[in-house]
Amino acid sequence: MVRFSAKKNMWSVLLLAVFVMSILLTGCGGNKPAADTAKKSVVGLSVSTLNNPFFVDLRDGAKAAAEAGGMDLVVMDAQNDASKQLANIENLIQQKVGVIIVNPVDSKAIVPAIEAANKAGIPVITVDRGAAGGKVVCSIASDNVAGGKLAGQYIVDKLGGKGKLVELEGIPGTSAANDRGKGFNEAAKAAAGLTVVAKQPADFDRAKGMKVMENILQANPEINAVFAHNDEMALGALEAIKAAKRNNVIVVGFDATEDAVKAVNAGTLGATVAQKPKDMGKIAIETAKKVMAKETVPESIPVALELIVKK
Amino acid sequence: MALKDSAQSNIIRKMGPLLGLVLLSGAMALLSDRFLDVNNLLNVARQVSINAIISVGMTMVILTGGIDLSVGSTVALAGSVTAGLLTAGQGMSTAILAGLVIGVVLGCFNGFLITRANVPPFIATLGTMTAARGFTLVYTDGRPITGMDDAFRFLGGGYIAGIPVPVVLMIIVFAAAYVVLRQTKFGRYVYAIGGNEEAARLSGIHTKKILLSVYSIAGLLAGFSGIIMASRLNSAQPTAGVSFELDAIAAVVLGGTSLSGGMGTIGGTLIGALIIGILDNGLNLLNVSSFYQQVAKGAVILLAVIVDNRRKKGA
Repeated sequence: MVRFSAKKNMWSVLLLAVFVMSILLTGCGGNKPAADTAKKSVVGLSVSTLNNPFFVDLRDGAKAAAEAGGMDLVVMDAQNDASKQLANIENLIQQKVGVIIVNPVDSKAIVPAIEAANKAGIPVITVDRGAAGGKVVCSIASDNVAGGKLAGQYIVDKLGGKGKLVELEGIPGTSAANDRGKGFNEAAKAAAGLTVVAKQPADFDRAKGMKVMENILQANPEINAVFAHNDEMALGALEAIKAAKRNNVIVVGFDATEDAVKAVNAGTLGATVAQKPKDMGKIAIETAKKVMAKETVPESIPVALELIVKK
Repeated sequence: MALKDSAQSNIIRKMGPLLGLVLLSGAMALLSDRFLDVNNLLNVARQVSINAIISVGMTMVILTGGIDLSVGSTVALAGSVTAGLLTAGQGMSTAILAGLVIGVVLGCFNGFLITRANVPPFIATLGTMTAARGFTLVYTDGRPITGMDDAFRFLGGGYIAGIPVPVVLMIIVFAAAYVVLRQTKFGRYVYAIGGNEEAARLSGIHTKKILLSVYSIAGLLAGFSGIIMASRLNSAQPTAGVSFELDAIAAVVLGGTSLSGGMGTIGGTLIGALIIGILDNGLNLLNVSSFYQQVAKGAVILLAVIVDNRRKKGA
């Protein structure tokens, strides 16, 4: 009896091993991993999450630029977990990549990872979000405060300076949420007739944006405009507003993801602020190339913003 | 005969995960020439340590036939409280002690719910998980806590004789747990409760006390991990530890511990944690898309459980 079970056990373990190996091989697609750095320059890109179209665009922009520049790009996804991102960057350091481009989950929690890269002598470029410490050769980002102002100003003009506003905030404590909120509130405060009646975090997430908006609609019979710190939340809020049959609520998002631009052109979403993530990825790769060629690069490169409204 | 049978199946229980680990490491070494580099191995050990320490407590809990879903939230709350006290100017020992106490309190609360209020472990710890995450957000105001003394960074980022501190701590925790489970009455009682709680109670074991201790230990170790993680990141994240309970459960199950309790080893859990860590690290080194990484991890866990079931049927 026991021997029989032992056999079964061994079989299962073998099966497991074969399976793991096959996954590895399919994952690699047969290409040799990035070990021969001498032949081809390898750039590491650590993205905060690939569950958000904005960062997928950023990655795609970087990928295209790397292919055009004849570079290998190693992409890692931290799934919005700061400790996972640290592990990812440690693993990039182990791979001895030429440059590490990082889009931090959190600007403070990323510091130990950047310090580790500094120690290993690998230059670091930050993209979209900055870092609160460590040595960064170049930070590439849009001015989120200016973007928040653009959105706020659009709402002020649309409402003629009077009305009740809702602000859906991103993940509390992230620099993107802080800065966009700051810019928006500056613009809103300038118009005396505007009051922000509700301000709630929905963590940059579409489902949460919808849920939070549903609750806010229950509590506030009159709402004229919503500003969400990103498009995902704005689109979620839009669903809630549609389901509640509340008309004439202007919703403004931020990021100009594909979905959001479609919604703007369909007339459901009022406006969104374009940050051009694809350009960010592209500029990051071009900067990495310059860094590897030992050229000097500017300490920060701003990426232009624009307000997308229905054409 | 029965005794021999169980001894033999015990050896197989241990050998299965180890064989898996060896095969996996072999595959990684073949596929990436960076994998076996000493620096990388230390790097893997350091990355594994946090999950491994949590998994020790989870092993004990699962051995009693229970489950603890609250460890991830405990990681966040303990880390936040320690970081918060440090930035408020408290001494290192006070702050770390407070974080550990938070862990014990949460674990103790789980144990209380399970033994006194007769709430099933899954539900009890699910409630604690949600509430503790809420407390963390309340305490931190949803913002990461930073600005601790550089001395605090030693815990997560320092080295003792060339070995990263978290790895040293992990080894100490495993050694202690090994001794407790193998050499003490308490350890035998843990197995006895998992085998048959009613029988254990009737034979005079204070099952409620033992269970309370086991959940407290799980909370303590999760709190300890949270403090190490806050030190490693030099910042306490309110969202830290999300889904850590699942990684810990996966490590325990991969290590051959039976989810129905009473069977399993602490060494197996270490192997399980290493399998998960090596998968993560190796797939990173090989530049496998992160989406595939999750598929691979899920497949490995499922297969391990299937192995466990087949063993039970066959035995």
